[in-house]
Amino acid sequence: MTPLLDVEGDGPGNVSLMTSASTMESVFQSNPGLTERNYLGLSDCSSVDSSAGILEVKRSNLNLKATELRLGLPGSQSPGRDPDVDLASSVCLDEKPLFPLLPSQNIVVSGSKRGFSDTVDEGNWMFGSVASKSLVQGKFITDASANGKISSGTQPTMIRDATSKVVPQEQTHATYGASLNKVNTSNPPAAKAQVVGWPPVRSFRKNILATNSKNNDEVDGKPGPSALFVKVSMDGAPYLRKVDLRSYTTYQQLSSALEKMFSCFTIGQCGSQGASGRENLSESKLRDLLHGSEYVLTYEDKDGDWMLVGDVPWDLFIDSCKRLKIMKGSDAIGLAPRAMEKSKNRN
Amino acid sequence: MVYSLPEEVLEHVFSFITSDKDRNVVSVVCKSWYEIERKCRRKVFIGNCYSVSPGIMIRRFPEVRSVELKGKPHFADFNLVPEGWGGYACSWIDKMSRAYPWLEEIRLKWMVVTDESLELISTSFKNYKVLVLASCEGFSTDGLSAIAANCRNLRELDLQESEVMDSSGHWLSHFPDTFTSLESLNISCLGSEVSFSALERLVARSPNLKTLRLNRAVPLGKLSTLLQQAPQLVELGTGAYLSGVRSDVYSALSKAFLGCKELKGLSGFWDVDPSYLPAFYSVCSRLTTLNLSYATIRSPDITKVISLCPNLQRLLVLDHIEDSGLNALALSCKNLQELRVFPSYLYVADANVTLTEQGLVSVSQGCSKLQSVLYFCHQMSNSALITIAKNRPNLTCFRLCIIEPRTPDYLTHEPLDIGFGAIVKHCKNLNRLSLSGLLTDRVFEYIGTHAKKLDMLSIAFAGDSDLGLHHVLSGCEILKKLEIRDCPFGDTALLANVAKLATMRSLWMSSCAVSIGACKILSRKMPMLNVEVTDENGTLDPKLDSCLVEKLYVYRTVAGPRSDMPGYIWTMDRDSANKI
Repeated sequence: MTPLLDVEGDGPGNVSLMTSASTMESVFQSNPGLTERNYLGLSDCSSVDSSAGILEVKRSNLNLKATELRLGLPGSQSPGRDPDVDLASSVCLDEKPLFPLLPSQNIVVSGSKRGFSDTVDEGNWMFGSVASKSLVQGKFITDASANGKISSGTQPTMIRDATSKVVPQEQTHATYGASLNKVNTSNPPAAKAQVVGWPPVRSFRKNILATNSKNNDEVDGKPGPSALFVKVSMDGAPYLRKVDLRSYTTYQQLSSALEKMFSCFTIGQCGSQGASGRENLSESKLRDLLHGSEYVLTYEDKDGDWMLVGDVPWDLFIDSCKRLKIMKGSDAIGLAPRAMEKSKNRN
Repeated sequence: MVYSLPEEVLEHVFSFITSDKDRNVVSVVCKSWYEIERKCRRKVFIGNCYSVSPGIMIRRFPEVRSVELKGKPHFADFNLVPEGWGGYACSWIDKMSRAYPWLEEIRLKWMVVTDESLELISTSFKNYKVLVLASCEGFSTDGLSAIAANCRNLRELDLQESEVMDSSGHWLSHFPDTFTSLESLNISCLGSEVSFSALERLVARSPNLKTLRLNRAVPLGKLSTLLQQAPQLVELGTGAYLSGVRSDVYSALSKAFLGCKELKGLSGFWDVDPSYLPAFYSVCSRLTTLNLSYATIRSPDITKVISLCPNLQRLLVLDHIEDSGLNALALSCKNLQELRVFPSYLYVADANVTLTEQGLVSVSQGCSKLQSVLYFCHQMSNSALITIAKNRPNLTCFRLCIIEPRTPDYLTHEPLDIGFGAIVKHCKNLNRLSLSGLLTDRVFEYIGTHAKKLDMLSIAFAGDSDLGLHHVLSGCEILKKLEIRDCPFGDTALLANVAKLATMRSLWMSSCAVSIGACKILSRKMPMLNVEVTDENGTLDPKLDSCLVEKLYVYRTVAGPRSDMPGYIWTMDRDSANKI
């Protein structure tokens, strides 16, 4: 069996990549008619259908465009999959970024990262290398021929040579990665969009680190301390959320983040509208609600008292806030005077 | 001629078989062995509490003395599992309280436990000995008071990293004066002070106390008092490790540590004042475990400590150790088996901390017994990974977290595929792997081909297409736990490997590309799986099959769909395409 990875020599990976890449490119160009991506047809799909990669899916009348590998988000404008289309032209599919949640909000993904759609064509080649195990290979060719999708004459070449990715793809990744790193070092930590649950450090540890850095003297040049998670509950909501108070620097930021998080409770379950449209609707409606004093944001401080959010300077608030609660305005009436008194007593 | 041993003999033989896996194997040899084994099984481990019901467990194993359960998925540690998800211990404890009067040990992880349940535990079991609540929540010190007051033969109370409400220190006083059987106490997660006098009296009357992990609130000045009462301690977790400048505190502490001849493990060390570190130098030569992962101490101090611990087997530390400290580790600690390096700042590299891939390479070179690695860093290269793999083919657990997602090899700017590929190729007994950095489908090809002993795999921000997931599901033969976040894996790979999912404990996929339609299909094809879909934002339309699901949790079960989910989680209905 061809070793998939050679780690013995100096920089072996690069060398062999270049060699087989050029071989692959020539194969790639000489087989413009290869469009089928039913490379997984060898397992569970029981019936063969000419237009579907995922056969059961078709049977249940799903939107094929949405479930076929080549596409980005449902609703994105990808052209229909026509098996006879020239492979080269099918590469120009829309590269909608598939994942809305990215580590750094300053990176524009669609230009530099290879879209999901683009990689599918590569995927065909990749799978070929796995299928080089003889048993699987035979089945692969059989299914493909039965589909009438891939001209069987080209199969052996594809499988044999497909031991590595085409280099341009890695360069694209490299560009993306390099630009990602560059941007990161120039941004202060607070400006980064913080991905939930990343890095994978237990909340327990995160909170400990947060208080650690408060106690130790800060040396110049150190970035800010780490996360401080508090629970946020809302009257009538069936479950709590957690927010990292250190990821905001103003009450406004905290308020809009909470609006986004809890909008679904105020508005109720969604209909079949598009996701973005619905979000705008509920955000503005909730904002109106919050500003119209139907709901107020309160917090429990170190002494166990419930106070209105917004009365004290932000830094003081972070220091003393143990948890947050979105209350109905009517329930929060008694809080305001006490908050003022308390801060007076403190000062 | 059929020759069979009498039941009593077989039972006696089986009593020497304690590992769950072996017991499971014994039970499928034949029907009579199944019957004999099940009646004499004493310990049950259930890795997913929803895979089986308490009733089923009780019916099969009537003589159990020890139960261990895990509830939420592992990603609950990182805030990816929303509140209210489930993992309630209530029904288990209820049923066990009636069925197992002789139950001695309960160990729960990632579960929600109430004070009522704790009270029930304390009053239902005549010979109750061990309570471990790891990463649990939902209870308060009232529940702990009940345990203290009623469990006359308690040996172990361990609250590892649980969230305990309304901490007030008086629950410790509920241990009666006649209570002397305590062997292990871990209260390190408690936020507020415990009554020190109660603690001191408890320690004084517990001659068998071997493990004591204090919480941060126990001041350093009191530590020497406790150590004097318990010089037999094997594992100690300090409280806050500072006390202003107090020479009397220092000398008392130093003297107390001198008296602890059995001490093998140290942890705690919150808020460390480096000038107090030498107080425990006298125990360093015997230390096998050292957890400094909450201590923000820096290079000269940390290197000094490490150089005094030649017998160290397990080290947990912050990245303040830097490459220089890791070099010292590689030189001094030839018995090191496990290393965990945690980040001190979570988002951007601290300009003052020089921890790079070199530190890990040094340790892999110098510590020939190194088996388990958890390493947070900001840069990595394929060549470093290849070196590590070649140095340490005996690695069994390799978890690398490059803090910025999708970071490529910082030298070549290429993906880290071949680096991780080398890890799985050389480390043939690797059973746990966590990936990070820029990775294409290629790395999954390597994993599927080489990582044949892999039991658990964690993937984040990696891969290009379904092919990646397919490689893993089709290649990793004994994979039991797979957790994935933010990867372009979707329907095709999932549906092409449905049978595999029934051989696994669980699959978690969040922010991937799985559609609700595929979930429905999966559920229909595999009735022994619970296919749970999470929709916290309320944007999922169950009728629109192309809608992507936020979070998917699939696990095998003989207990059917669970009924304790919050409204935003649905189990795909096997019979129709509608949600339950």
